[in-house]
Amino acid sequence: MSIDWLHFTPWSALAGGALIGLAASLLIALNGRIAGISGLLAGALEGGEGRGEKALFILGLLLAPLLWQGFAELPAVQLDSSAVLLGLAGLLVGFGSRYGAGCTSGHGVCGLARLSPRSLLATLCFMASGFVTVFILRHVWGV
Amino acid sequence: MRGLTAFLAGLLFGMGLLLAGMANPAKVQAFLDLAGAWDPSLALVMVGAIAVALLPMQWARGQSQALLGGAMCLPGKRAIDRPLIVGSLLFGMGWGLAGICPGPALALLLTGQAGIFLFIAAMLAGMALHTLLQRQPN
Repeated sequence: MSIDWLHFTPWSALAGGALIGLAASLLIALNGRIAGISGLLAGALEGGEGRGEKALFILGLLLAPLLWQGFAELPAVQLDSSAVLLGLAGLLVGFGSRYGAGCTSGHGVCGLARLSPRSLLATLCFMASGFVTVFILRHVWGV
Repeated sequence: MRGLTAFLAGLLFGMGLLLAGMANPAKVQAFLDLAGAWDPSLALVMVGAIAVALLPMQWARGQSQALLGGAMCLPGKRAIDRPLIVGSLLFGMGWGLAGICPGPALALLLTGQAGIFLFIAAMLAGMALHTLLQRQPN
């Protein structure tokens, strides 16, 4: 393992994380909801209780880059994956997050902050799976 | 009021993702690439987020109502079951393949990256597939 010091951005990572944590804290304290994006998106699309506010949260998330652009240039977005990989990745992310009842935000941020054993296990699973997948992708297949 | 606070929380969440670098798929994959030139930044995103959310989440556990009224909707499930593990493993695989998870995908949608449209379409299909399979009486 070698750390890429050139691209390591500890302060913006911590500050961005703090904003994410603040957003999750506001949503739980004021609205009584977990800021799990896959769950909120499913709720907004499929209906049921609280559909309106779930949809409004998603709308806020969608509009964030436009607000950002009102003040500064958007940070770099580098997306090099092929169409096949993007399609497969999207399917796995969509199905897996619903089947596993959460994603990086619901389990990885809110669940860990709640000290939920289920979320801890889920986070360990998707982290391990992500590490292995990137290892195979980059160092076995050489994509 | 609840709608407004939900909207603002979504906006703030998205700004956090952008600032943190989570909305840059190449950076996410650089975090997941332990054997390459490893960029540990995203571990600090989780540290920052959890540090801020820890006390509010602990407080919420003891409440039956949210501050704006309505129930405190906390997950009640405790059992460690197969869907949790298999679903999370599949999710991690997809996350690794492209470096995108649901939050960043949505935060990137309106930036006009062509690949994001494809990813989101596939993600919605995956979610719909799950809903369909759930409806099947097993």
